[in-house]
Amino acid sequence: MKLSRGAMLATSLAPVGVFGVLAAVLYFGLQQDPSTLPSVLIGKPTPSFALGPVREGDRGFSQDDIRGKVVLVNVWGSWCGACKMEHPYLMELAAGGAPIYGIDWKDDPADGARTLKMLGDPYVKVGNDQAGRLALDLGVTGAPETFVIDRTGRIRYKQVGPITPEVWQGKLAPMIAQLERGQ
Amino acid sequence: MIPEIGRFCLYLALGLALVQTAAGLIGPLRASSRLNSLSQSAAFGQFLFVGLAFAILVRLFATSDFSVMVVAANSHTTKPLFYKIAATWGHHEGSMLLWVLVLAVFGAAIAYFGRNMPETLRARVLGVQGLIGVFFLLFIIFTSNPFVRLFPVPLEGEGFNPLLQDPGIVSHPPMLYLGYVGFSTAFSFAVAALIEGPAGGLWVRYARPWILAAWISLTIGITLGSLWAYSVLGWGGFWFWDPVENASLMPWLLGTALVHSALVVERRFSLERWTLLLSILTFTMSLLGTFVVRSGILTSVHAFAVDPARGTFILIILILATGGGLALYGLRAPGLPSGRVFGLFSREGSLVLNNILLVTITGTVFLGTFYPLFIELTGKDKISVGVPYYALTFVPLAVPLLAAMVIGPLLLWRRDSLKGWVTRIGPGLFAAFAVLILTGAATHGRNLLLALWLGLATWLITGAGLILVRRARIGQAPFADSVRLVKALPMATWGAIIAHLGIGLLVCGLGGATTAKEEGVALLAPGQSTPFIGRELRMKDISSGKGPNFDYVRASIDAVSPGGDVVHLAPERRFYPERQSETTKASVRETPLGNLYVALGDQVPDGRWTVRFYSHPLAIWIWLGGFVMALGGILALVGNRTQSGPRAGDSAVEVRAQGRGVPEGEAAV
Repeated sequence: MKLSRGAMLATSLAPVGVFGVLAAVLYFGLQQDPSTLPSVLIGKPTPSFALGPVREGDRGFSQDDIRGKVVLVNVWGSWCGACKMEHPYLMELAAGGAPIYGIDWKDDPADGARTLKMLGDPYVKVGNDQAGRLALDLGVTGAPETFVIDRTGRIRYKQVGPITPEVWQGKLAPMIAQLERGQ
Repeated sequence: MIPEIGRFCLYLALGLALVQTAAGLIGPLRASSRLNSLSQSAAFGQFLFVGLAFAILVRLFATSDFSVMVVAANSHTTKPLFYKIAATWGHHEGSMLLWVLVLAVFGAAIAYFGRNMPETLRARVLGVQGLIGVFFLLFIIFTSNPFVRLFPVPLEGEGFNPLLQDPGIVSHPPMLYLGYVGFSTAFSFAVAALIEGPAGGLWVRYARPWILAAWISLTIGITLGSLWAYSVLGWGGFWFWDPVENASLMPWLLGTALVHSALVVERRFSLERWTLLLSILTFTMSLLGTFVVRSGILTSVHAFAVDPARGTFILIILILATGGGLALYGLRAPGLPSGRVFGLFSREGSLVLNNILLVTITGTVFLGTFYPLFIELTGKDKISVGVPYYALTFVPLAVPLLAAMVIGPLLLWRRDSLKGWVTRIGPGLFAAFAVLILTGAATHGRNLLLALWLGLATWLITGAGLILVRRARIGQAPFADSVRLVKALPMATWGAIIAHLGIGLLVCGLGGATTAKEEGVALLAPGQSTPFIGRELRMKDISSGKGPNFDYVRASIDAVSPGGDVVHLAPERRFYPERQSETTKASVRETPLGNLYVALGDQVPDGRWTVRFYSHPLAIWIWLGGFVMALGGILALVGNRTQSGPRAGDSAVEVRAQGRGVPEGEAAV
């Protein structure tokens, strides 16, 4: 197979073209801060949902469970390494009374239950979203992610990545306190 | 005053990097030996001053000089000296300085050890290496200067990340950077070769030791990181598919492809164009990894403080380096001579397959890593990226690669026959199926995945042995001849055998630790016990005490086997008052057959403690496999060094002139 000189040049220039596209994507990506919620979802009500159980003999987690409360909704999965790193801190927060609810995302409920049994269960209620429908509606891009939801069921904030002491003290705790004061 | 000296060293290093670049790129054009050797001296100088700046930063950390911003932000007087020094590279600014130091080390090493290289090639390589140094020194000086002062001077530092107070911090990042940044040499050689024009793949012979050195370091660095995660995070995970881990895996995968394709260029004068491209892409992955970690574009557990200006700066470097390199490739590659023709069923053919699979695997890891970014652009969610994604994409590609790994080294160069090959490969197939069936039977057919993994591992391990059998003609020639052949086997071939053996051990460990692991949890008070996989785990007591800057609670647990053997375990929880945070120090009993891993959890209100225990069969081979692989690389490197020089060079040229093959006995894999 013999290529013409022009075709050869086109072939050998292809990598730089592909790279150009990638560089554009990276540039575009850099303009958006992935740790902030796309503004369209802030202030929007949470989609209605009723998730099946994770724990054995449990009812699961539905929107009625959080009505009228200021809560954190944590998206996790037994397959997610960063969630396991976040887990001990969630346990600490839960022990201190933080209202943490869980969405076990893209996970077999049995695997999820096993993880909670092993590492402890920080959730007031936890439901399984194996198909990822709710996560899709919430605009989840990865796990862990944690949403702050106010009394009226509106999304107020999204934390992308693990909750650390810095994130909790600097952002989430003040926000929850403020929302609970009814502002 | 001392920080200002450090800052001044950085300026001097930048000046010298500029001189190195200019002299290295202009020298060969003017045929000026003086400029060519100036680029060498400048490379030594750049190394000297970056090294000095780094030493100064170490000193500032060791003496807890809180008038320097990064020291105040990342250190603390209560830290043991060991960890104060390690804190030098435990944050963004210091680790970037380490990055540039490694870059300068490689530059100076090429200037020193490359004395037998053609003068113009060496000058151009140093020129390109110097240019990368210029970019990154500018990056440090403008966006990440570690010598910025703080006023008023705080009395105490802001502390540290307790997770980083582990021996892992001392060895893991420097090894990783040696690998990551070491691939800059592949880039520099490839770009220098493209500037220089057709030279019949000569550049590869000089580049290969550096590429190997980078590959060895990266292999060790990744292995150390995995071991660290395993012991520190308290639940026995060793790989998370985290963006930052992937960022180190991608250059490793491409670097592995590169080590193999470079072999084809060196020995068979084929695949030169591809190897040039691969060299540029490998370093691109290193740069991309740096970009991902520093820009905060992807969320990761490894994240450094995020600053968009830094991301933009590194993106510009990435565009200039990779864009420039690829454009040069695009213009120059059509002019390069076509390689030798080879049959698909040949050693070259198998190495092409190796490269195709490795590049495809890199592609899937790349997609998985950047997927969240692509979602943001398309606004759709189809799959989640986590272990399920990689199980679906990585494994189906890795298995054929591993299967083919045994086949390749047993094939002849240029072309081979199916019949001859089957007789060579037979014992491997036999052993693999035997282990598969035995494991299947031993687990009563309940763990077929484990049987498949172990069968694959056996295939790889026997395959590595078969290279030796074939080279030494064991069983074919008289025994004395075989012994003589084994003794005469080139170091590089030993390297290949050992490296392939390492992969086999790694697969064995992965199989055991992922498919046959057991886990359990119990609430225990001193004196109580619980059964776990045929053993009795007994908590003897709980003690507490003080470390240098933490308080600890330690459980003393005996694991008693039915035969009465007692294994003592002492898992800890540490509390760091300065940071108000806790870490887990798991206790692991490691044996060749498997690890018993015990972690101490919280105390429940009735006074009992949550204790988690895991059994990870064969897990130790994951890391031993990694180190064995690196050892193979070291042997190949030693072999390469002792073989290079004028004699080997002459024979390569002569072989090409006569159009003959390379004698089989000499062929390295």
